[in-house]
Formats: sequence, C-alpha cells, structure tokens
Amino acid sequence: MTVLLSTIALGLVLALVGYGVYLSFRVLQFPDLTVDGSFTLGAATAAALMLAGWDPFTATAIAALAGALAGLATALMATRLGIEGILAGILSMTALYSINLRVMGRSNLGLVGVSTIFSPADALVRRLAGGAEVMLWGQAVPSDVVAQAVTALAAVLVVAAILWWFLRTELGSALRAGGDNPRMIRALGVSHEWLVTLGLMLGNALVAAGGAAFAQLNAFADASMGIGIVVIGLASVIIGRALVGQAAALPILLASVLVGSVLFRMLVAIAIRTGLEPNDLRMITAVVVLIVLVVPGLFTRLTGSKLLSPRAKGGPRAAA
Amino acid sequence: MLRLEGVSKTFFPGTLGEVRALRSVDLELATGSWTIVIGTNGSGKSTLQSAVSGAFPVDHGRIWIDDIELTKRPEHARARWIGRVFQDPFAGSAPSLTVAENLALAERRGQRRGLRQLIRSSSRARWRDALAEIGLGLESRLDDPIGLLSGGQRQAITLVMASLTRPRLLLLDEHTAALDPRSAELVIALTRRIIERDGLTALMVTHSMSQAASLGDRLIAMHRGRPWLDVQGDAKQIWRAERLHELFSEMRREDRFDDATVGIVVPAYR
Repeated sequence: MTVLLSTIALGLVLALVGYGVYLSFRVLQFPDLTVDGSFTLGAATAAALMLAGWDPFTATAIAALAGALAGLATALMATRLGIEGILAGILSMTALYSINLRVMGRSNLGLVGVSTIFSPADALVRRLAGGAEVMLWGQAVPSDVVAQAVTALAAVLVVAAILWWFLRTELGSALRAGGDNPRMIRALGVSHEWLVTLGLMLGNALVAAGGAAFAQLNAFADASMGIGIVVIGLASVIIGRALVGQAAALPILLASVLVGSVLFRMLVAIAIRTGLEPNDLRMITAVVVLIVLVVPGLFTRLTGSKLLSPRAKGGPRAAA
Repeated sequence: MLRLEGVSKTFFPGTLGEVRALRSVDLELATGSWTIVIGTNGSGKSTLQSAVSGAFPVDHGRIWIDDIELTKRPEHARARWIGRVFQDPFAGSAPSLTVAENLALAERRGQRRGLRQLIRSSSRARWRDALAEIGLGLESRLDDPIGLLSGGQRQAITLVMASLTRPRLLLLDEHTAALDPRSAELVIALTRRIIERDGLTALMVTHSMSQAASLGDRLIAMHRGRPWLDVQGDAKQIWRAERLHELFSEMRREDRFDDATVGIVVPAYR
C-alpha cells in the first residue's frame, strides 16, 4: 500500500511536468528541450531557498518563476534570433546546467528535515490519525506518504482546472490555434511569436514547479536529476492520449495527462519489481514511450481498424 | 480603399534564380470594388496578395488601406483590416478547435486577446445564422472539431471567418483551386453573396478563366510582375473566358521566348 501510494504521489508530481510538456509539445507544437534544464532549475531554486529559510510555498512559486524565465530565454532565441526551436531549447538546457550548479553552489543539496509543501498536510494527517501511521484498507501507511499523495493530487487538480479555464479564454484559445496553425492565427491578428513566448514560459514554469515538488518529495536536489525528464513528461502525454484518442475534448485530454503520468509510474514500478534496476529507469522510459507510439499504428495496420479516434485533418503545421 | 505605390519585390536577388516578382506596381482599388487578378505562374499575382497581407516585407514602395499605411506593419498587425482565405482549404482554420471556437477567434480579429472566456453563449445564435446561410447543415456542428470537416466545408467556414468582422479588404488567394468542382461552385456562390451583402472591397486571385470572366467588377491580368491588362465596368464585359484563354496563350508565348533567350528557367516558378 505504501509503495502504491508513493508511486501515485510521484506520478502526480510528475504530472506537473506532463502539463508543462503538454503545453509546449502538444498545444504549441514546439519541441522544447529546455524542460530538462528547467526541471532541475525548479528543484535547485526551491531547495536553495528553503535551505536559506524560505517558506516552501514561496520557494516553489519562485522556482516556477525561474522556470518561466528559462522558457522566455528559449522563446527569445527562437522568435527574435531566428534559431531553430529544438536548438534554442538545447542551448538553454546546456546553459541551465551551469546555472543550476551556481544556484545550488554544489552538485546536490539535501532537504532532510526541512519543512516542505507536504508538511502542512502531514501535520493534518497525523492529527486526524492520532499518530505517524494511517490505517488504509487494513495496512499501516506512514502519514507523510499519505500527505504527499493528497497534496500532490490537490496541486495537480488545481493546475488542471486552471489550464482548463485558461485554454478556453481568448488568449488560451489563441495559443491552441497558434500551435495548430501559425498562419491562420497570424491572419487573425495575433503574433505567433508572442504565443510561442507565452506558451514556453507557462510550460517551463509548470515543469520547474514539478521539479521543485519532486525535490521536496525526495528530499534532495541534484544537478543531473533533469536528464531525460522531457521524455518522462512526454510519456504522460502520449500514454494519456493513447487512452483517450486524438480528437478527445479538452477536459478529457487534460485528465489524460494526469492518468498517463500515474500509469507510467506504475509501469516503471512494475518494471523495477521484475528485477530491473533504478539505473535502468531512462531506458525503461524510452522503451515505454516507444511502445505507446508504435502500438496504435501497428494495431491499425494489422487489423485495419482504428484504435484511436480519427486524426484531425490538416493537422500540425500543415499550413505553416 | 487599397493603394499601392511603386511596390517592388525581388526574390533571390543577385543569384541565378533571381525573380523580379513585382516591378514597381501602382494600384488603387476603390472601396466596395471586387477585383479579380489572373496571370500565368510566376506573373506576380500571389506575390501581390502576400505583399498586401504582409507575408514578407517589400523591397520598395508603399501600401495603404484608406489612410493607414501598412508598409512597415507586421502581418498580424495588418490582420485588423484584412480578411484572408487561402488556397489550401485547411490553412484558414485550427483543426483541433471546434467550429465555434474558430468562429469566435475570427470574431476577435485584430483585438486584444484577454482572459475572458472565448465562447459566449450570446454569440452562438449569430454563428448559427451565419453557418445556416452556407447551406451545408454546418449550424448543427458548432461543437465539432473543425478538423473533422471536409475541405469544402472548411473553406466555406474560412470565408465566413474572414468576413465576420467586415474587414476593409478581403484577400482571396485561389481559394477554390484545391476544391472539387461542386465545393468550388458552392464556395464561389457564397463568396459572391458575402461580398455583395457586406459591400466588401475584395482582391481575388484565380486560375479559373470562367470565374475571371463572370465575377467581380474589375479584372487585372498580371504579367512579369506588373498589371498587363486592367479593365473594369463595361470594358470588363467583353473579356469572356475564350478571350482570356487567348490572352494567356499570348503571355505564355512571350514567357517562353524570354526563357529561350536568357536560357534560364526558374524552377520554383515553372
């Protein structure tokens, strides 16, 4: 039960990264590799601030802001300096490695014993349970694990609700349209460059917030913790989309990222249980993403029927 | 009113593939007029539209709509006054957004996009009416992703989107060329209805000689980056489709003669 709950908590925290990646890769259709750097930036910023005595919530908010700045840097390179989007992301990611070391002052920071965003919920759970353990379905689970799952769920639901609201506003809809069809949104009077900037800032803010939460969940921040995180974020998005299909409505797509992220953590947990080592994590991630990408197409080819709903015509960048 | 003064554009300047797409074009379109532009490939007719819409900066010259100078304004800023329909029927709308969302985005053309909800129930009745007018039964599909509709349906909606705010200029860039004959006919009928109903100033590029002969009140044939023929009113009436075909043959002969002399065929324009 404890393992299951901490897997869920981890999946929920990484769903924040999933939402960030969803904004850049899916909504904006911008392959943003800044994510690897901004995840660590979020973790490093929050950890450094918390060790300096800052309140964990303020520290997490500032970490998100730092992520937004990283997104801004990539966006400016891509829109103002005309650098290919993927290269702009790589440049940011590379620079961020050094910046993260500067922020932390060394290659890792421990957060054991420091009050985190999960602490208030932990205190509440302890009070309600009358001790450091909670009985769930007849099993004793440490209160901090319950607190982590509850806090992460609340945070992710709030983020999903905000995204659902935002993506239906005039600005958010323009962002979606801009990702779909840059030419069309320009013809309707919106600067595509501005949309890219906004989308990358929001996306990286979410990723950095995910990094900050991840650091607090695991009680450490490390300079290399972001390596491959973009694929983990993509895994949530892709697994989610494989579940609901290409043409699903917005709230279902948003929910699918959350479910995809948790499901992905479970797959990883199962893989590790079968004897693979935590060091194999990145490989497992890549293989899972590959399978999810390939299987629907293979299914269609072998059976002639569509596993997914029909793809929208004139799709991504057909008109760019 | 649209006014161009000495507008020039050269692609790939200084290279073997240099193309002088527009050569010092002076042009004035009266408010409420409907101008048809024809021309051989590479004659500059599409470049003319792109120069007006701001797809690229021009090398020389100035462009105005009424008293507003557009020359230095970026493409998205010009959209406030210009509605556009592209040749590719999928280019004018965002496939993953619903029909209603696409229409709502178009309704806010040129305005600031804020944090208000895009879809307001008060607009739905208006959109339903606008779609009912097309006659394709699209009024019942407001909440479907527009990507699920056919090319003809999407082009019809793009036309409605382009004219929703009654822009000062409507640019139609071979907007029926990629459609099947039935859809093309329907979109042309809709074009005529919208332009006449709203008294829009329209600049329409077409490859169809029958459209050129039957539509609009002014006809411009572009040749080598300049208007070669420019007729309106009664003078346009005598340019029937057959005569336009003859004009085309003449322009093409001249192109071939030139190519043979210079010995260069510009691949991008053939």
